[in-house]
Amino acid sequence: MDPELKIELSRQGIFTTTLEELYNWGRKNSVWPLTFGLACCAIEMIATTMARYDLARFGAEVFRPSPRQADLMIVAGTVTKKMAPQIVRLYNQMPEPKYVIAMGACAISGGPFKQGYNVLKGIDRYIPVDVHIPGCPPRPEALMDAFITLQKKIDAQHLTGADRPRHLNADEPSEFVVPEYGAHDLVPSKNLKLWNIIYKTTPNGPATAGEDGPGKD
Amino acid sequence: MNSSFIDIYRPIAILMIAALGFAVSPLVMAWLWSKKFSPRKPGPVKNATYECGLESKNDSFIRFRPEYYLYAIVFLIFDVEAIFLLPFAVAFSGLTVGASIAMLIFLLLLVEGLVWTWRKGVLTWV
Repeated sequence: MDPELKIELSRQGIFTTTLEELYNWGRKNSVWPLTFGLACCAIEMIATTMARYDLARFGAEVFRPSPRQADLMIVAGTVTKKMAPQIVRLYNQMPEPKYVIAMGACAISGGPFKQGYNVLKGIDRYIPVDVHIPGCPPRPEALMDAFITLQKKIDAQHLTGADRPRHLNADEPSEFVVPEYGAHDLVPSKNLKLWNIIYKTTPNGPATAGEDGPGKD
Repeated sequence: MNSSFIDIYRPIAILMIAALGFAVSPLVMAWLWSKKFSPRKPGPVKNATYECGLESKNDSFIRFRPEYYLYAIVFLIFDVEAIFLLPFAVAFSGLTVGASIAMLIFLLLLVEGLVWTWRKGVLTWV
C-alpha cells in the first residue's frame, strides 16, 4: 500500500494496516524472554524488569522458565566454556521465531575475561545474536535500548519474499551445533557458518544498540 | 410441548457453540497460519527432553523401595493426629472426663500403631 495514501487516510480517521504489520505489531509487543542469568549483568536485567525501569511497558515482563515458551534469550553475563553447550542447547530448544540479545562486554566478546582460558569470547561464536549491548555491566536503560532496537528489527521483518527472516524459510536451520568439551577447548571452537546465516538474512548484519543502522532513515 | 422444550434450551446450545468456537478458533487460526507461513523445524536437540540445557541421562522411571510406602502412611497418620491434637489442647480445660478419655483412646490407638511399626522395623531406614 502506498504510504502517502495511508497517511492521508489516517488524517481522515481511517486506519489501514496489512497482515504483516499486524503480525509484527503483535510479535514485537509480546516478546517473552527466557529466565536465566549468567553473571553480574543478570542483576541489571533483573533491575530492568522491576518497578523502577519496568520492562513490562514493552510487553516483555513475562520471563518464561522454559525455552518452549520463550521468544528471546538475553545472554546476560560471562559465558564460560563450561556453560556454553547448555546455552546453545537451550537456544536450540526454543521455538521459532527466536531472538538473542548479547548483554554486556562478556557476552559479546569475553570482556575483561577475554584472556582467560575458560571464558568464551562472545556467544555469537555459536548462536546468531540480534542485538549486542556493550557495557560492564550495561545499565537498565541500555538493555531497554537494546530491546527497542530488537522491536524495530522485528517490525521490519517481512512475511514473504527472499529477504524474509530465518524462521520463515524452510531451508534455514533452526538448530546450531552444540559444542562439546574437548581436551583444551570447546569442539568446535566456533561455528563458522553462523556469520553467513546472519548476513544472508539481515542485510545490515546484527544491530548494535545505541547506533543507528544505515537503513534507518 | 416439544417445541417449548427446544425454545428453552436453544440459548444454552447457542452459548455452548459460541464458547466452543471462541476456544477452538484461535487454535485453528494458528494452525492455518503455520501451514501458510512458518515451516515446521523439528530437530533432535529441539525435540529432546528439557533439563535446563543439560542432556538428560539414564531412565526417568526410578524405583523407590516399597518400604517407603509404610513410612509415608505412618507419617500421614501422625500428621492427621497433630491436626486433632491442636483443638484438643485449646479446649482441654473445658472438656468433660468422657471427652478426655475418648481423646486418650484415640491417642493410644495411634501409639499402639507406632509401637507395632517400630517393632516391625519399618522406622529403620534401609
